[in-house]
Amino acid sequence: MRLIKNKVELNGSGTVTLCPEEPEDMWHAYNLIRPGDLLRASAIRRVTTTQDTGSTTSARVHLTLEIRVKTLDFDPQSSQLHVGGQIINETPHTKIGQYHTLDLELNRNFTLEKEIGSDGEGVGWDSIAIQMLKDAVDEGGKRRAEAVAVVMQEGIAHICFIGQFQTIMKQKVEMSVPRKRQGGSDHDKGVTKFYQVTLDTLLRQMEFSTSAASLTSNEPVRPVLLTSPGFVAAGFQKHIQSVASTSTPALRRLLPNIVVVHSASGYLHSLAEVLQSPAVKTILADTKYARETKLMDDFLEQLRKETNKATYGPREVESAVDQGAVGRGGGVLIISNRLFRSQDVAERKRWVSLVDRVRDVEGGEVRVLSSDHESGRRLDGLGGVAALLTFPIIEDDVDSDDESQS
Amino acid sequence: MSRHRVKAVAYDDDYDDDDDGYGSPDPEEQEFLEQCTADVLTQLRTGEPSVAATRAEVQEALWHYYNDVEKSVNYIRNKKVKELKKKESAPAPAAKAKGSAVPAFPIPPEPEPYQVPHFSAADFFRDTPWLNVPAHRKADILIEPLYPRLGLLGGNPESGGKVSKLAALAAARKKKEGDKASTATPAPALESEGSKPSLAEPKSASLSLRERLASNGKSPKPQGAQSPRPFGKSSRLGSHSPQKKPPPEPVKEAGSAEITPPRLELEDAVEPAKSQEKEEPAANIRASPSTFASTIVGNASRPKMTEPSPLYSNTLDLITIYGQDLTEPFDFTGPSPDDVVMNAQSSAKGFKSKQSTKAAGDKKNQSDLAGGMNNLSVAEKVNVKSKNLDVLSEYQKAKRKNAMNFAVIGHVDAGKSTLMGRLLADLKAVDQRTLDKYRREAEKIGKGSFALAWVLDQGSEERARGVTIDIATNKFETEKTVFTIVDSPGHRDFVPNMIAGASQADFAVLVIDSSTGNFESGLKGQTKEHALLVRSMGVQRIIVAVNKMDSMQWSKDRYEEIEQQVSSFLTTAGFQPKNIAFVPCSGISGDNITKRSESPNVSWYTGRTLVEELEATEPYSHALDKPLRMTIGDVFRGSVQNPLSISGRLDAGTLQMGDQILTMPSGETATIRSLEVDGEPNDWAVAGQNVVLNLANIDPIHLRSGDVICRASAPIPNITSFKAKVLAFEHLMPSMVDIHRGRLHVPGRISRLVSTLDQRSGAVIKKKPKIVAPGTVARIVVEMDHAVPLEAPTRIVLRAGGDTVAAGLLE
Repeated sequence: MRLIKNKVELNGSGTVTLCPEEPEDMWHAYNLIRPGDLLRASAIRRVTTTQDTGSTTSARVHLTLEIRVKTLDFDPQSSQLHVGGQIINETPHTKIGQYHTLDLELNRNFTLEKEIGSDGEGVGWDSIAIQMLKDAVDEGGKRRAEAVAVVMQEGIAHICFIGQFQTIMKQKVEMSVPRKRQGGSDHDKGVTKFYQVTLDTLLRQMEFSTSAASLTSNEPVRPVLLTSPGFVAAGFQKHIQSVASTSTPALRRLLPNIVVVHSASGYLHSLAEVLQSPAVKTILADTKYARETKLMDDFLEQLRKETNKATYGPREVESAVDQGAVGRGGGVLIISNRLFRSQDVAERKRWVSLVDRVRDVEGGEVRVLSSDHESGRRLDGLGGVAALLTFPIIEDDVDSDDESQS
Repeated sequence: MSRHRVKAVAYDDDYDDDDDGYGSPDPEEQEFLEQCTADVLTQLRTGEPSVAATRAEVQEALWHYYNDVEKSVNYIRNKKVKELKKKESAPAPAAKAKGSAVPAFPIPPEPEPYQVPHFSAADFFRDTPWLNVPAHRKADILIEPLYPRLGLLGGNPESGGKVSKLAALAAARKKKEGDKASTATPAPALESEGSKPSLAEPKSASLSLRERLASNGKSPKPQGAQSPRPFGKSSRLGSHSPQKKPPPEPVKEAGSAEITPPRLELEDAVEPAKSQEKEEPAANIRASPSTFASTIVGNASRPKMTEPSPLYSNTLDLITIYGQDLTEPFDFTGPSPDDVVMNAQSSAKGFKSKQSTKAAGDKKNQSDLAGGMNNLSVAEKVNVKSKNLDVLSEYQKAKRKNAMNFAVIGHVDAGKSTLMGRLLADLKAVDQRTLDKYRREAEKIGKGSFALAWVLDQGSEERARGVTIDIATNKFETEKTVFTIVDSPGHRDFVPNMIAGASQADFAVLVIDSSTGNFESGLKGQTKEHALLVRSMGVQRIIVAVNKMDSMQWSKDRYEEIEQQVSSFLTTAGFQPKNIAFVPCSGISGDNITKRSESPNVSWYTGRTLVEELEATEPYSHALDKPLRMTIGDVFRGSVQNPLSISGRLDAGTLQMGDQILTMPSGETATIRSLEVDGEPNDWAVAGQNVVLNLANIDPIHLRSGDVICRASAPIPNITSFKAKVLAFEHLMPSMVDIHRGRLHVPGRISRLVSTLDQRSGAVIKKKPKIVAPGTVARIVVEMDHAVPLEAPTRIVLRAGGDTVAAGLLE
């Protein structure tokens, strides 16, 4: 995402003009834009006019509309963001207050304005929003780390794209592979067919050109991680090799980028294990998700070893922060960005103030995890927020908690 | 035209010739006809009995008999005699054509009478008593024909007394052909009236076949004798005959003019002439009445034309003329739909050619058609007849050996497969030849010691790597029991497969590598995990085979050390000491497996051999009277006859051939075409047996291993979340887990830790624990992304990151 114009005031209100360049930028925009914000972008609207005679004509008009955001609809598969709301600027074709849904498009600027209301109407550009904006704009330009992972076991393969901030499950291949039987060769046949279907699907998803001419092109190929328990991934690699040497020579371009990694199962949640393996770390050095995964593993390890020096769950973490356990010297607040996406302003404020407090007052570390990554999903399982504590705290208010909830 | 000409040219010539013939008919022809007519008249007068006939009649007859004087005379005489007897007025020969002879006219006259019965409902029931309205009144409602008369086609005499060009052309051609063919009597084709001024009644002679046919039905003005077409009347009168049988309706066949006048019915009374007999089969143009219609009419005969119906118009249904009658309504003459089905079933031959059913009539035709439709049906439904056995009583009657499954478990490379290979080889469940083959092949790839394991490791990958990947089942028999071996993989990556195997087992054989170091690593590894898993899956009895004792020189100390360590571990895992048995053995040499070791080093062991221990196991009972449950272990193509088969072990209930079953979670039904119990065909199966079901009426896409088979009457629910009481093997916290139940393997997550419980009493120790420590019992809530067939009480295993984290019971 390119930052075109930045007019954020000290008090937190102001406008920012951005230009999304990659599909993943839509995800950033999804996190930045919140209900209540003002969004200005170009739009195509069908305008119907009624003549005096009663006949109607409709035309598609290209407009620049400004809306007050009401709803956000993000499709991670195709990275499309639809923002719905009421029009607040007047144009020759629209009235104020009419509804419109803006479809943000790549390489088209949009302007986002966040206001500070008098009585907590809006929250403006708070610290989280500024942080997200920085992440989105990516000044360093070192965000090229992307990989394709095929998590498989016999009969099941998940093809997913690992980006900086998202892991998108692109397609699942599921086939019934006959088990080994006395004197039957169905199993080998079934496995070969499964490999071939998976390979075809993978190439289609990667948009990998298999024409002979592409052999000489030096378009970069993303690393492909093949992971499975047992020998399935290795068998798949062998299958790709044999296909490359026989029918599809263009696949030879892919071969050096294939890494086979062990995983515990063929389901997506074993991706965490994959991303921690040394082989993967060398390819995808210091990427955000690798760090996030490491963090989650550390947290769980802490929870196992010194149960009282780690906690999770909204109420528990807030109470720990109150006790000053998430401070200097090892206190880490881990929070999923799903919490900031909340429709409820008060809810968001609660988490933003918690983050600000830990960071600025307590002096602890704050890590915002992407809920669209494996680690973020693990965190969501724990309630979206967790903390590593500087000293053990005993939670004795569990019972009262339980009663109040039930 | 001459035959030596090339065809195309001949056609042109033809045309010209005929064109000429149109205006001026062949005078020779006329002459011949005259002569014949005269002959006939003379013979009629002189013959016995003497009858008088009009010229027209004679010429008509002549025309039909192709100028055969004798036949015509016979015909006319018969007719006249009959008429005289009946004191009826002026009969006349009606139109006639020889059975399947060439049509005299190029027009397709046959559809016309055919469509008549279908003209309207009123028409069809014309002679039902309440419809018996006097003719003169009917005449009032004569409707103008809607369709063109098609005079041109038929040489309509009413339209100006001229035969159409085409008709004349055809007639002329016919005649010429007759000339060419060296028949004795050249066919007198129809002549146009205009060209026959000499005839007394020119009109009748030139009546087109169609016209005459129409006349028998139509005749809006019934004038009796003074009619120029007296035969029209006669035919009507003829049809009065009550004893007339409904002959089969002629098949509508282009090119075969099977129209015979209804008058033929008279021949019932009089001995018919030979030639007439010939024509009889192709007689009636009217459909014979259905049972329904006959009931209404109160007479088994078909509706009779008592009155000339004004509805019998000359109009033709265009559809009937120009094409087949596609819009034909269902007439009750055909067999009922039930009959059709029965016919089709009985004559499984199916669709007969329409052509072959020429004179067979409509009935057959229709049934054939319907039969054809029957055969055309796309979705072939397989019907398997259920024998409706009382499976439980069958089971009690059948004196079978006890059947037991046992799982072979243990750490990787403990020698599980080799031990079982040895067992099978020594019990002669595998023949020596196969073993020798395996040995040769194994040595070829430098893995000679794996030869015995190859009995069970059939997969190419397994053999190449020397590791069991998936479970293998094999059976052998002792004197008392049929055992099914479920050989499990020991590698930690294949624990899911091992779980599938262990879920089928009644008891377990834990194989332990006694060699130094391997035992210790195994105890930390899958020896422990497997033992815990089989225990948590409900296995009570465990036989510990201390393997590879030969490599330890059958050291008693080593054996006792292992025995002591393992038994203490197994006791803590929940096995009762009386259910634990130890056998020192060697899979590779075969000592203490089926036969006692002869080595003096083993003299210290006096206990039972492995097989004896197996036989000492008590048989287990299974839930036979519970609703059917079976987890699919494998979906495969059984054979050509059984394109879709599933295998597995019946967890509960019974089933038999022909049963309808329901697969979950897809919710599709299937039929059991046949089934095999322990590899042998049988009609039924009960819980605890290993079965192969050959299914029909289901798409294989609905079947996956791990799905559950049940009955529609007692289906297993599909759930997305459940509460379970589990024993934690690792720390439990809300996290992603894999859920295993037999072959079923789905992703899920622990969403809530409800409470930790006291292991003995089950009382709640702590609500909402933050984390559950290993070894404690906890109640947890597990959620899944997709609905999965699970029901309480089911034993489940939760795994995460390649380790078993918990196992327990669904609540």
